[in-house]
Amino acid sequence: MSELLQFLFSGVTVGAVYALVALGFTIIYNASDVVNFAQGEFVMLGGMLTFAGSAAGLPLLLAAVIAILATAAMGVLMNKLAIEPARGAPVVSLIIITIGASIFIRGGTQLIFGKQIHTYPSISGDTPIRIMGATILPQSLWVILGAVLVFIGLWLFFTRTLLGRAVLATSNNRLAAQLVGINTNFVMTLSFALSAGIGALAGVLISPITMTSYDVGLALALKGFAAAMLGGMGNPKGALVGGLLLGLMEALTAGYLSSQYKDAAAFIIILAVLFFLPQGLFGRKSTERV
Amino acid sequence: MKTTLTTTALSTLLALGLASAASAEIRIGATLSATGPAAFLGDPEAKTLEMLVEEANAAGGLNGEEIALVLYDDGGDPNKARTFATRLVEDDEVVAIIGGSTTGTTMSIASVAEDAEIPFISLAGAIEIIDPVRPFTFKTPHTDRMACEKIFEDMQKRQITTIGMISGTDGFGASMQAQCKDVVGDYGITIAADETYNPTDADMTAQLTKIKNTAGVQAVLNPGFGQGPSIVTRNYKQLAIELPLYQSHGVASDGFIELAGADAANGVRLPGTALLVPGLLAADDAQKPVVDAYKTAFEGKYSTPVSTFGGYANDAWLILSNAITTAGEADPAAIRDAIEATTGLAGTTGIYNMSAENHLGLDLSAFRMLEIKDGGWTLVE
Repeated sequence: MSELLQFLFSGVTVGAVYALVALGFTIIYNASDVVNFAQGEFVMLGGMLTFAGSAAGLPLLLAAVIAILATAAMGVLMNKLAIEPARGAPVVSLIIITIGASIFIRGGTQLIFGKQIHTYPSISGDTPIRIMGATILPQSLWVILGAVLVFIGLWLFFTRTLLGRAVLATSNNRLAAQLVGINTNFVMTLSFALSAGIGALAGVLISPITMTSYDVGLALALKGFAAAMLGGMGNPKGALVGGLLLGLMEALTAGYLSSQYKDAAAFIIILAVLFFLPQGLFGRKSTERV
Repeated sequence: MKTTLTTTALSTLLALGLASAASAEIRIGATLSATGPAAFLGDPEAKTLEMLVEEANAAGGLNGEEIALVLYDDGGDPNKARTFATRLVEDDEVVAIIGGSTTGTTMSIASVAEDAEIPFISLAGAIEIIDPVRPFTFKTPHTDRMACEKIFEDMQKRQITTIGMISGTDGFGASMQAQCKDVVGDYGITIAADETYNPTDADMTAQLTKIKNTAGVQAVLNPGFGQGPSIVTRNYKQLAIELPLYQSHGVASDGFIELAGADAANGVRLPGTALLVPGLLAADDAQKPVVDAYKTAFEGKYSTPVSTFGGYANDAWLILSNAITTAGEADPAAIRDAIEATTGLAGTTGIYNMSAENHLGLDLSAFRMLEIKDGGWTLVE
């Protein structure tokens, strides 16, 4: 019993990390249909900048806030310098541009901050919480809380605010959105800032568990992307559920089958789901109206 | 433009003048992975070589001749390493090559060096580099197999007969896992649980719980590199597993204690080199002067802490410069013979005794079994 519970805790810890990364993909995807492969780099920047700030003597909370704002600014810059000039290019080209931006950010971080692995203290200590013989770290609860709060925020944003609907409208038909008076340039800028900020928040929360260095972004982005695909790209609920499912599948495979097949088993299940539900578990049905 | 021309002309004249004055120079080649995925190896190695050659030239060179170091960055790519090795042999006409930060690049360079009959000292780990012995290929780092043997030797002393292994799936972890499974039988130890994790995984409690619940496990061994071993160590503490935990030489650095946390790392044992614990060496330890000299020089020049990998380059240079001095001439064949005759040479990694059958020259005494106590290192006797 305690064994199963420990596997579940392990799965939820990892799953919450994936979910938080996956949530970052949703906004940019909803605004432009672009899968932003630099999302992992935003997560990395959140962790690295927080570390750099606290190493420079700032209190951790202040360092985290600065890291999130700086990363959001980075997102805006990326939109202005790389995505906007290529406006009108097909989505595939834009996705390739985001891959280029991710390589650029990774290289720049390596040059400025070096190649060392860093970490900083957890928010509420490292004393594990014991429940029926299994343990979970307090930081994992913070990650889960962060994922849930971001999910609620995004859900409210897309369903209850005019701005959120403007983002969805821009994605649906940019020209029509412009005709009804939506400033699509502003929507794009905003979506990059929000996505980068959410990514950085993820980085701030997960770095005490996963540690951080200039090259952690790629692996995180891949897992987050897989989670988002499983749940349904663009849907915050899908990102949350997809992330947790992916983490649980990995932990249970590692626990009951073999850790050698951990990733393989998870990806086989994802492939099977996508085979029957190509839009993911909660994805929009794409119906073309003529 | 005009000034550039004048400067070039002047410096050419000056160079010509110098060349005739200093008779000749000894050309030594190196191709290292100073950038790319293996940069953590190649970067300190390249810095070390540049520093040592500069030092040697300031002290009058070798046999009274100036040393010219030709250094290439192969980025960890075996194909580039082969190109650079060929260029070193054909265009730069070097008398010896140091390099090959990784086993892959080493194998490329070795085939070129063997064909051209140029002595080559590798800085990579795998045992395949020197077993079987190639006439012109040598190496300075101890092998993964020796690290396994050192760890199993220590387990044997503590009457441990059944262990669990949790290994990273990165190149380092996978190679050491295979080597350990190869030699574990010689020590009467059985591996009851054999788990793995990805180097980028965030949580290893599932694997560790499985090991913990495996009947009879008395200790856990974690071959791995990077952040993985730190997370394993933290999860180990989180699950309150009381068994001894062994880490590999891949994380033998102060950074590991920092990342895992002094509390979680308490009691962890691992095989490390003398370079890691200069303060713990006895005053009459043969390696102490070498370790102190390298550490002071490197940290003074680059103000970053020394790493085991930079130490490999330091030792390669010691062996090569010693061989050139003994040979008395910069002839590749003579240098090769002198390297093979190296005996009792103290380096940062260990004391080298080369022979025709042994082109590594280290034994298990090169490793010191260390235990982490209260955030610092202690020697296990």
